[in-house]
Amino acid sequence: MAETQIKNFNLNFGPQHPAAHGVLRLVLEMDGEVVERADPHIGLLHRGTEKLIEYKTYAQAVPYFDRLDYVAPQNQEHAFVLGAEKLLGIEVPKRGQYIRVLYCEIGRILNHILNITAFAMDVGAMTPMLWGFEIRERLMEFCESASGARLHMNYFRVGGVAQDLPAGLLEDIGKWADEEFPAFMDDLESLLTGNRIFKQRTVDIGVINAEQCFDWGFTGPNLRASGIAWDLRKAQPYDAYAEMDFDIPVGKMGDCYDRYLVRMIEMRESLKIIKQCVENMPSGPVKSTNKKVTPPTRGDMKQSMEALIHHFKLFTEGFHVPAGETYTAVEAPKGEFGVYLVADGSNKPFRCKIRAPGFAHLQATEFLSKGHMLADVVANIGSIDVVFGEIDR
Amino acid sequence: MDQALKELAEHLRDQLGDKLTEAEVRLGELTITVQRDSIVEVLKSLRDDSNCMFHQLMDVCGVDYPDDSPRFEIVYNLLSMTHNTRIRVKLRTDEDDPVPSVAGVFSTANWFEREIWDMYGGFFSDHPDLRRLLTDYGFEGHPLRKDFPLTGYVEVRYDDEQKRVVYEPVKLTQEFRNFDFESPWEGMERVVLPGDEKAEAEPEEEETEAS
Repeated sequence: MAETQIKNFNLNFGPQHPAAHGVLRLVLEMDGEVVERADPHIGLLHRGTEKLIEYKTYAQAVPYFDRLDYVAPQNQEHAFVLGAEKLLGIEVPKRGQYIRVLYCEIGRILNHILNITAFAMDVGAMTPMLWGFEIRERLMEFCESASGARLHMNYFRVGGVAQDLPAGLLEDIGKWADEEFPAFMDDLESLLTGNRIFKQRTVDIGVINAEQCFDWGFTGPNLRASGIAWDLRKAQPYDAYAEMDFDIPVGKMGDCYDRYLVRMIEMRESLKIIKQCVENMPSGPVKSTNKKVTPPTRGDMKQSMEALIHHFKLFTEGFHVPAGETYTAVEAPKGEFGVYLVADGSNKPFRCKIRAPGFAHLQATEFLSKGHMLADVVANIGSIDVVFGEIDR
Repeated sequence: MDQALKELAEHLRDQLGDKLTEAEVRLGELTITVQRDSIVEVLKSLRDDSNCMFHQLMDVCGVDYPDDSPRFEIVYNLLSMTHNTRIRVKLRTDEDDPVPSVAGVFSTANWFEREIWDMYGGFFSDHPDLRRLLTDYGFEGHPLRKDFPLTGYVEVRYDDEQKRVVYEPVKLTQEFRNFDFESPWEGMERVVLPGDEKAEAEPEEEETEAS
């Protein structure tokens, strides 16, 4: 029989697809079952966050950061408040720093649990997702105790955090970190790390080496999986991270499996930081004592007219940030989350560019998936950890 | 830290010559301004020079200064893991002048430049695939420009009769209110309060007398 010429065909993947991790539309050019070209169409969740922030005061801008990477909202807030503090030249009291670090690490665990379990579900494992959500719920309870909101905390403020932790919360977190979570991690690991099916789907899939990582702007666990020990918490420590003792896990191969392993170990490292925060939590104020940015307490407002006026001014006009610009980056769970903040001396940011790690990672989809099978595209997207809240902004 | 950055700035001044127009260290961050046409060479030398080693382009973004000419600023934020430093490279452009694309130097610049094209209308020459990135298919305008209204021009809804999504001009029940906190009292200047019409007239008379 004569060989027939087969034409490549285009396949539309998403935007409504469980493995698209949100609203990713991927136009794939397939040669049989092999991917020739992958063109991600993003922007389906574009809400114009950067434009909105230009019309909001600095305090009003914080909740928008929760809604970027809604899986780990704390870390995004952190980048913004650090940027604003840098422009204002404000010091945060030690207790405020520790609380922030504590919640950033809770955010990291929240993120990695969701990513790993969703990734496992993409490649066929159902149970981790169910177990993971149970443990995430516990973490969200901690968020709720501190801020009143399970998901979008809006807890970090320029100059510290919104309010002090309620009594007994640290003991609860300590207990969780000592007993509940390690047991969960062991269970999760027993389900996935040695799992034959999981390994068949992930080992040697989507390999990227260090040079290519630099070229594509990879950061965070995806970069570390390719063997580069780079972590902003160590390299350019912010807040109380300089006082924390933890290690940076690195991978060797830069494939999907290594990215999974790096995240698993990172969770255990985060746990170390959480324990240190709980043990060494200093006492004192949680907010800067600079009255230009910190509102008066409720108690004061009930006693003093001036405090009431002060509060009113801070919550309508807000504080003015001196003209200047800064690029401030934090190690968010997904990678380097940066905020390029341009202030013009008014009470609103002139420009607030959000550098989302997922944006750079998703861009490499074509690079990672070319020549792989269709099913591997799903593994790749799962392993690079994309959340469309931050990519589309 | 500042000292190291200043030394780096001096080094760059020597190396880039008149491609570099300005270099300053503020808030512990080094910013250099370069000629628009030289950006590809500048980023290449920043990447390959052993004193710089800025191997990672973290971010490219636009800023709109509507009163300036040229109005757009394109900002490149680079990171050197070897030296643990960051640098910010800036250049100025406007709607008509294309900026050479750096997607050939850093692959990651591809989407960042598409985003700037989408959001500001800044054009990049030699870009492999300059399409809109974040906005809707068939979107018109460049939303992050300062003269683009926050509320936009069109809104979408599902029309049950036509069985499809339709685009309509934005209808607001209340105008978007942008409070000007800069000058709370000066803002009252032109307002005539009921029963207070004379107050406006009087100062004007005084002015004419004085002159």
